[in-house]
Amino acid sequence: MKVMVAVKRVVDYAVKVRIKADKSGVETSNTKMSMNPFCEIAVEEALRIKEAGRASEVVVVSMGGEQCVETIRTGLAMGADRGLHVITQDSSSLFPLAVAKLLQALVSSEQPRLLLLGKQAIDDDCNQTGQMVAGLLGWPQATFASKVSISDDKESVCVEREVDGGIETIQLQLPAVVTADLRLNTPRYATLPNIMKAKKKSIQRVTPEELNVVIGSDLEVLEVTEPPKRKAGVMVASVDELLDKLKNEARVF
Amino acid sequence: MRRILAQRRWTPLGKKWLENCRAYSVPASSKVVRDERFATLDDQDIKHFSGIVGSKGLVVDKDELEVANTDWMRKFKGSAQLLLRPQSSNQVAEILKYSSSRRIAVVPQGGNTGLVGGSVPVFDEVIVNLGAMNSIISFDEVSGILICEAGCILETLDKFLADKGFMFPLDLGAKGSCQIGGNVSTNAGGLRLIRYGSLHGNILGLEVVLSDGTILDMLSSLRKDNTGYDLKQLFIGAEGTLGVVTKVAVLTPQKLPSVNVGFLACTDYTSCQKMLLEARKHLGEVLSAFEFIDSFALDMVLKHSGHRHPLPDAKEKFYLLIETTGSNQSHDKEKLDNFVETVLTQGLVVDGTIAQDNTQISNFWHIREGIAEALGKAGAVYKYDLSIPIKDLYNLVEILRERLGGLATVVAYGHLGDGNLHLNISAPDYDEKLIAKIEPFVYEWTAAHKGSVSAEHGLGFMKAHAIHYSRSPETVELMRKMKAMLDPNGILNPYKVIA
Repeated sequence: MKVMVAVKRVVDYAVKVRIKADKSGVETSNTKMSMNPFCEIAVEEALRIKEAGRASEVVVVSMGGEQCVETIRTGLAMGADRGLHVITQDSSSLFPLAVAKLLQALVSSEQPRLLLLGKQAIDDDCNQTGQMVAGLLGWPQATFASKVSISDDKESVCVEREVDGGIETIQLQLPAVVTADLRLNTPRYATLPNIMKAKKKSIQRVTPEELNVVIGSDLEVLEVTEPPKRKAGVMVASVDELLDKLKNEARVF
Repeated sequence: MRRILAQRRWTPLGKKWLENCRAYSVPASSKVVRDERFATLDDQDIKHFSGIVGSKGLVVDKDELEVANTDWMRKFKGSAQLLLRPQSSNQVAEILKYSSSRRIAVVPQGGNTGLVGGSVPVFDEVIVNLGAMNSIISFDEVSGILICEAGCILETLDKFLADKGFMFPLDLGAKGSCQIGGNVSTNAGGLRLIRYGSLHGNILGLEVVLSDGTILDMLSSLRKDNTGYDLKQLFIGAEGTLGVVTKVAVLTPQKLPSVNVGFLACTDYTSCQKMLLEARKHLGEVLSAFEFIDSFALDMVLKHSGHRHPLPDAKEKFYLLIETTGSNQSHDKEKLDNFVETVLTQGLVVDGTIAQDNTQISNFWHIREGIAEALGKAGAVYKYDLSIPIKDLYNLVEILRERLGGLATVVAYGHLGDGNLHLNISAPDYDEKLIAKIEPFVYEWTAAHKGSVSAEHGLGFMKAHAIHYSRSPETVELMRKMKAMLDPNGILNPYKVIA
């Protein structure tokens, strides 16, 4: 069985982001970019499924400009078998619906039985792509997965989901879409032998036109601004002053 | 393992602070006696000091004194009755002028993270803590020259500089607590000396207060100034025995965007040495750190820190942490790839991983930087910081391991790129019999190999007697003369550096 994992190149989780001067978006030039942490967890899960003997091949797919190749290489360095790169003019026009349509086209040609994604990207926090592609494909979906178990006969998958009320366990017929949440696993480090092997693994390039998908967007980013700065705390000189401020300014009582 | 409490009452504050550490006290005064020429504090003195620093600068609270009297390793404990927190260089000057006249001994103190007992009193010396003098005075965004007060915490300075696109040329595990005045006074080396050089090169100017209260303004911020003797160099590394550093002018490098870290496994020490050679050849100008950790050190830090093993399948004896810092990510990646391919083909590394994102980079660094703390949690630790010719460096570790047998665990790590070994012996308790097997053997071995008994930690109190292992008698004699000239009453950090 083939497993396909979609990964996204985002500003590194540990970087302090800055807004561009024209407020059109976040500064990404000269900023460290890495694989989205949830996508990394999805790749790890795919590899574990393969190591458990439930899958024969793990394909990593990403979309965007040339630099996406680095992110795909990371997936290959972790142990994925093959890469797929959908080249677009630039990454900023790729909103979830466009990505979902592209994934739909790729799924129909690659025929994976399981499509894994991160639950959301840390740059836009959309949390939409997995759900949309499941809808487009007409496949069952399990989002916010904290545990994934493929059945022995590889016909279904049992997923534990983190929901507000607790953990929900559902069973889906394969093929299915699963999106990964934080506690699903701890991704492995890419080891040197795998990093070297990854250089020789193939990354197939394809354009949206070849997939018969038109990338348009119904979304327009108007403005990106920083959240208001935290106001400095106020030092009070006495308990009486504290009570006064709590009562008259904060209106706590 | 039972927690051993020394014969002191633990106050609630003390207990909470010392939660994960073990309490041991090595009688600091066992071989040294209090110099009776020093005055004992009286009410007049306290009143006078209060007049200088104000009520908020005067600390007599038992709990706060307990903390300030104890060094980071919990190995040395003084009995200062008074801690002063001056808020300006003038206050420091007045404190020293008065102390000199009264012959009151003082200990200049910064973040109190030193590892040789240099930052705490031996007896009842007054502690002069610079922590309240923590302003950043100026920063020139063109030249990268930063001027700040001695009490600034290293990490705070680095964060300030990061916002402006620069970085502090010094980095060490204690960065969250250590102060720049202390770093300068100990000539701290740290993790990136291999790239940015020592403080002797990066410090452009100092303001120092001498023992008689003279404020020596050498705070020039010129890149080049060959007018007369470069006196500031005397104070860099003098461990507070020649003067108290109050202001610092530093040349800071650009913060370059492309950072890569590899965590690699080698079978033997010879491979580690060859790796250093290859790293210099292939990574050259972008190499910014070259650290080694032996398997005992790695086991220690993984056990006590909760970090996971970067290479769970590797059971090798040596691990290297190699970092590159450069201006162009794709160039550096290419250099790193070539390097990795070369060393893999030559069989110098058997396994390894390259960090794929910043979180992995900081995980690897936390492992290296967490070893000292892990050792502290494991029990008693005898720490040796030695400069040894790189080819002989690990021999000492193996010889000592054999010599000590099952008495203790010998753990080794350090700045291999600088030839600096951090040799640590971990035992359940401090033990006279154990130390007799270690010292003076370690010092003698180091001296025989023309090494230094203190590569970067300084001499402090712990190694005040050991200077002759690494310096000639004539050199030490000249040092004594300088000390006598600059501090005739001997009030600055007595019993330390040169016993």
